[in-house]
Amino acid sequence: MSIATETLSHRNRAIQGLEWLWQSVRTAPGPSLAGLIALSLVLFAFVVPLVISSSPFDPANADLLNSLNPPFWSEGGSMVFPLGTDDQGRDLLTALAFGLRTSLIVGILSVIIGLVIGVSLGLISGFAGGAVDTIIMRAADVQLAYPALLLAMIIDGAMRQALGTSRDTNTAIAIVVVSIGISFWVQYARTIRASVLVEREQDYVAAARVTGRSRLAIIALHILPNIMAPVLVIATINLAIAIITEATLSFLGIGIPLTQPSLGTLIRNGNNFLQSGEWWIVAWPCAVLMLFVFSVNVFGDHLRDVFNPRLRTRR
Amino acid sequence: MLRYFASRTFQAVIVLFIISLIGFALVANLGDPLAALLSPDATEAQRAELAASLNLNASFAERFLSFFGGLWRGDFGISYRTHEPVAHLIWDRLPATIELAFASLILTLVIGIPAGVHCGVHPKSMLSRAIMFSSIIGVTLPTFVAGILLILVFAVKLAWLPSFGRGGVVDLGFWKTGLLTASGWRALILPAITLSLFQVTFIIRMIRTQLLEVGQTEYIRFARARGLTESRVWYLHALKNTLLPVVTIIGLQLGNIIAFSVVTESVFAWPGVGLLFLQSIQSADIPVISIYLILIGAIFIIINLIVELTYPVIDPRVLRSR
Repeated sequence: MSIATETLSHRNRAIQGLEWLWQSVRTAPGPSLAGLIALSLVLFAFVVPLVISSSPFDPANADLLNSLNPPFWSEGGSMVFPLGTDDQGRDLLTALAFGLRTSLIVGILSVIIGLVIGVSLGLISGFAGGAVDTIIMRAADVQLAYPALLLAMIIDGAMRQALGTSRDTNTAIAIVVVSIGISFWVQYARTIRASVLVEREQDYVAAARVTGRSRLAIIALHILPNIMAPVLVIATINLAIAIITEATLSFLGIGIPLTQPSLGTLIRNGNNFLQSGEWWIVAWPCAVLMLFVFSVNVFGDHLRDVFNPRLRTRR
Repeated sequence: MLRYFASRTFQAVIVLFIISLIGFALVANLGDPLAALLSPDATEAQRAELAASLNLNASFAERFLSFFGGLWRGDFGISYRTHEPVAHLIWDRLPATIELAFASLILTLVIGIPAGVHCGVHPKSMLSRAIMFSSIIGVTLPTFVAGILLILVFAVKLAWLPSFGRGGVVDLGFWKTGLLTASGWRALILPAITLSLFQVTFIIRMIRTQLLEVGQTEYIRFARARGLTESRVWYLHALKNTLLPVVTIIGLQLGNIIAFSVVTESVFAWPGVGLLFLQSIQSADIPVISIYLILIGAIFIIINLIVELTYPVIDPRVLRSR
């Protein structure tokens, strides 16, 4: 292929990509909007901490004179703290950005852990077959006896005991990430294994083998790209579940410690003021959590419909 | 048929055994029972006596066998946190959790199945669209947030229903029930709704997807071509073939409800097994965590087994394909 046609095909691909993007915005405005909202929230969470570098949860930044301020439209509120402040005088808008950032990092890391473990074990299971396959799939069956949330709690409890009770914040976050990550691998492993069993009989795999490619290269370069689509759909939906799980664990007091802002710890803290009328402390983090999870779910649902040919031709 | 039953049952027993082994490995490797159960100034003799009574000096295999035997006799070990027998702790809390779980399972089925069937049969109607839209909200709403919102509206603002506890409880000797007092029923409402919210939306989406897929199959088209009425096609032909996955899901739902009761019980301070489990995790009470792991595993496996054993009754093709 000459250089000229290669650049041309690259440009064509870019134009095709743009056309595809426009097409999906036109045919599915709802999911596109949901994707946009999720993206904006991610930007909000990562940009605000860059501008305001010191965390509102740093004890040095406590501002007790401005504690329990209501949002700006209520009496006693001001535009200095547009969403109000909590009992320590922390600005809730900033706290939300820092909290969402922690939740996103925990969510993304745990999805990656689950994905890497699951895809690797699924590939091994599908290719090795025999006893290895049986052991991995039985382990998956045992794990499926437990809902992910419960499993994350049990792993969390065991790791707390194993690593001792006096832990720093980073260890606590790592425990949460690993607990959620491990509780996710089965779905990926089963999907990948099923696809491998189908794909390894295909002609292109035989062709690659004839050209002398190594087994590892065939798996990584030929088969994996062909079976990643459903895995990425699962990963999108799992990100939403991971963030809910983090928030749930932290809310229950077995996740991220109260000294570190996350959506879960913000809600746990705000919940203490529920009965006394300071509703905004708990309402904002709840709203952000729901908005983000809702957008990701709508977007993920759309992806799943696109990738599921059985549902593509609806009546 | 008999071979199918035997192989399924055998598999379930193996999995149960493995779960018990994992549970025991937790107890054996994590935490120090002597430090947890004795006061710091205990004498050497007291330590030796406890070590002997807990069988700590035996080999791993011997200890596992006695642990495994204890499971069958209802001897679940001693809690590091309260120093009470674990079996006693769990038995004391079990009625609260079971009553909550069944209340929300019934809510789930009574609301979920009719709504799901409607959405599958009339996917374009306004009601279906409204149900599907609110079901996305149901999936989005984490259990604890739903609980907080319900408390905010019905307990704090309107003051109609209590926000915590079980209300009045009648002791029947073997079972402490909240279903015999008015305050017990009132206390059950909010937790049961919270717990069933996610399950309802899940079951609606499940039934809808199943019906949509079945609706496109050849035999449904053929049934229409035969001139059968729409309602006969849907309720007799289509619904029958969506039953298999739906029965599975309902079986697994009960397990999920037990799992999520941890969250609901925490939000509403409902004195059940889930709350006990949470307190055990917070204080790293390994014996209780391990027994909870084994019991939940056993419940799931038994439910799963029952579900699998009913498959051939619902759909004889399951047997033919193997």
